[in-house]
Amino acid sequence: MPSIIKVEIKRQASPDSPAVTEKFEVPYRPNMNITSLLGEIALNPTTITGQATTPITYDSNCLEEICGSCAMLINGKARMACSALVDKLRSGDEPITLAPLSKFPIVRDLSVDRSVLFENLKAVKAWVPIDGTYDLGSGPRQIPQIQEQRYPLSNCISCTICMEVCPQFNDSTNFVGAATIAQVKLFNMDPAGAVLKEERLRALAGDGGVQECGFAQNCVEACPKQLPLTEAISDVSRDVIFQGVKDFFTL
Amino acid sequence: MAASPRIIVVGGGLAGLAAVIKIAEAGGTVDLFSIVPVKRSHSVCAQGGINAAKDLKGEGDSVLKHFDDTVYGGDFLANQTPVKNMTAQGPAIIDLLDRMGVPFNRTPEGLLDFRRFGGTLYQRTAFAGATTGQQLLYALDEQVRRYESEGKVTKYEGWEFLSSVLDSKGACRGITAMDLRTMETRTFPAEAIIICTGGNGAIFGKSTNSVVCTGSAQSALYQQGAFYANGEFIQVHPTAIPGEDKLRLMSESARGEGGRVWVPRDRSEKRVAKSIPEADRYYFLEERYPKYGNLVPRDIATREIFKIVYEDNMGIDGQPMVYLDLTHLPKERLHKLEGILEIYEKFVGDDPREVPMKIFPGVHYTMGGLWVDFNQQTNIPGVFAAGEADYSIHGANRLGANSLLSCIYGGFVAGPQAVAYAKALPAQEGDGGHAAELQRQKEKNQSLLSSSGTENPFKIWRELGDTMTKHATIVRYNSGLDEADAKLVELLHRAKNINLSDKSQWANTSFAFARQLYNMLELARVIVQGARLRDESRGAHYKPDFPNRNDEQFLKTTKAAFVDGAPSITYEDVDTSHIKPRPRVYSSS
Repeated sequence: MPSIIKVEIKRQASPDSPAVTEKFEVPYRPNMNITSLLGEIALNPTTITGQATTPITYDSNCLEEICGSCAMLINGKARMACSALVDKLRSGDEPITLAPLSKFPIVRDLSVDRSVLFENLKAVKAWVPIDGTYDLGSGPRQIPQIQEQRYPLSNCISCTICMEVCPQFNDSTNFVGAATIAQVKLFNMDPAGAVLKEERLRALAGDGGVQECGFAQNCVEACPKQLPLTEAISDVSRDVIFQGVKDFFTL
Repeated sequence: MAASPRIIVVGGGLAGLAAVIKIAEAGGTVDLFSIVPVKRSHSVCAQGGINAAKDLKGEGDSVLKHFDDTVYGGDFLANQTPVKNMTAQGPAIIDLLDRMGVPFNRTPEGLLDFRRFGGTLYQRTAFAGATTGQQLLYALDEQVRRYESEGKVTKYEGWEFLSSVLDSKGACRGITAMDLRTMETRTFPAEAIIICTGGNGAIFGKSTNSVVCTGSAQSALYQQGAFYANGEFIQVHPTAIPGEDKLRLMSESARGEGGRVWVPRDRSEKRVAKSIPEADRYYFLEERYPKYGNLVPRDIATREIFKIVYEDNMGIDGQPMVYLDLTHLPKERLHKLEGILEIYEKFVGDDPREVPMKIFPGVHYTMGGLWVDFNQQTNIPGVFAAGEADYSIHGANRLGANSLLSCIYGGFVAGPQAVAYAKALPAQEGDGGHAAELQRQKEKNQSLLSSSGTENPFKIWRELGDTMTKHATIVRYNSGLDEADAKLVELLHRAKNINLSDKSQWANTSFAFARQLYNMLELARVIVQGARLRDESRGAHYKPDFPNRNDEQFLKTTKAAFVDGAPSITYEDVDTSHIKPRPRVYSSS
């Protein structure tokens, strides 16, 4: 294994600055991941040509693929930087390439603004509207099979990779993306959360709603937490249609 | 004062969100500050579960037993009244989380399932797979999003707290914070603030903590006059995956579900783990602690692993690692641990269902933190604290699955207390100190940006981490602690001589880091000096030269004040009004 790792990073100093690519050589150590590689550059921010530069700006926090911060394009593929191991990324003498997610506004370098997802979660009321936090006794009984269905959906880390890889997630469709739809299924399945079921389905019925999905299935393949996204989309899609029919005759 | 007081909560993990929910519910208005989007806070990393004595397993568990286990597990250093209150509220808090939709694991009858954790003989830990912290954080995040959409909460995500604003009488009137994109520093008014900024693992370089867990906010307040208590009590978790950039936690739930810790009896063992027969394996925790076995409290398990490796020289292949073995567990038990098994698989490359994991202790949690009274208020009027950022509840050692409970409990107390305080607060005189504090912070920024020294902040951080890990973790010697403090003084000096390679004023992460670094160094001195002066062994604080607990001298809370630029340490009696301190012995069968 060569003792130097070559990296090419697409950088942008601010939203309005031009994008440039900087090349680095970083000393190899076993078990390195992309976030530790970026940390190594911060210790000695010098490009391959010996030019002094600045540490790379990127989002990260937990470094164990549970906080959802460090999504970026690594060798062209949208994935989490912390769980991207250098040993598995290198092929021959080819450099590792890093770039920001392409469908979100750039903040700087590899950091992008993904707040659209949190706004979407507001729009579909992704919560259980509890009566209050005072002691109202235990929650409803749920057989384990319900938990088995809800838990995988509740593992969504809001990394937005499903949105990045979706051909329908773009400015012209306003599609909310798979993550939000999966949360609708999650909360509609909750015995108390279901009280808002109709409102959630109506929120997904209009422009940018669930019908924008083109069934490319990229989301379910790219999701780092293996959420059953396509199943959620088809379930919610069916519910949205039923709700539409029902509303047509009653409203 | 205003009928609807304005409260600032700093930190959006479990404690912060719990406080926000209580304030919004009571009709207050909250500004919530967080470095990261709150859904990405470090609480998300908690794995194993949350304790509450619901006694759904017919074992005769009770709130009082939970109370006693917590106080005993903490080696009697915790003030008992808040622990008693927390354990009493445990069952109601679990019910509330259940009602919020947390996908807790269930029994066939549809009730909450519970597992056993360290330092207890009861199945008292409710859990959602092995990602309980994530599920709890999301549940509270969703409730806060609901209040946000109703206009009761304003989030300032991507803002970093720099300091509190104090008026001429020393009462808090707001905060200064920095926008991590525009790098703008400004002040925000509030009648009370609640600090829920978590742990300080970054002081040790590599730990199980997230990147944001620097302790910077706590340190800034300590430097402004808040007491920092029991700083020397740092929990080193027995089972973490040694890593290049961090130590990844391998939850205690692995042992709660039946995982066993062992090393080969023969130091020169060459066979692969799975082919080593039972008779040739040394299950050292089970042999040394027949009653609690692999579920002794964390400080004890950590010291035993440390001794096996460094005193008995029995680490795997001579390396600082021991086996944590789950390969014998039935499928349904492994299924409850999926989240952590995936982490091991992804970051190590081996399948822990087939191959015993290799683990070693890692810095995990600070029992110490900002000193607070029983209403979660610090000694600075109007500054409250909750969660890992405060020192209450866990004493000298925290029991597994008590942290999630203490975060929510602390937030639930701090929120209403802050509202009550704010309602009684007289109007401020003049500008309440805002202009002066803003000026002080801007000068700090300017001096950092214009500094033309030679030091790289990331290199200083690495030296800080190496020093602290070497001298102030599992085993401590006074000579080493003296050496560490001298090093910290040197690093503080060098930190004033930084040359930032990035002087831009847009999303400048190294600038923000350099400010955190300085605060980390000041707080590291509190940890080191607290440890240096405590000549006894208690919970996580272990000195081979003083191997016993010394209640006569040290059944006391350590209180550090920032005086003339250095820690000044005094002691305060511990509230032992409910349970008489007794020897802490887990080895009897």
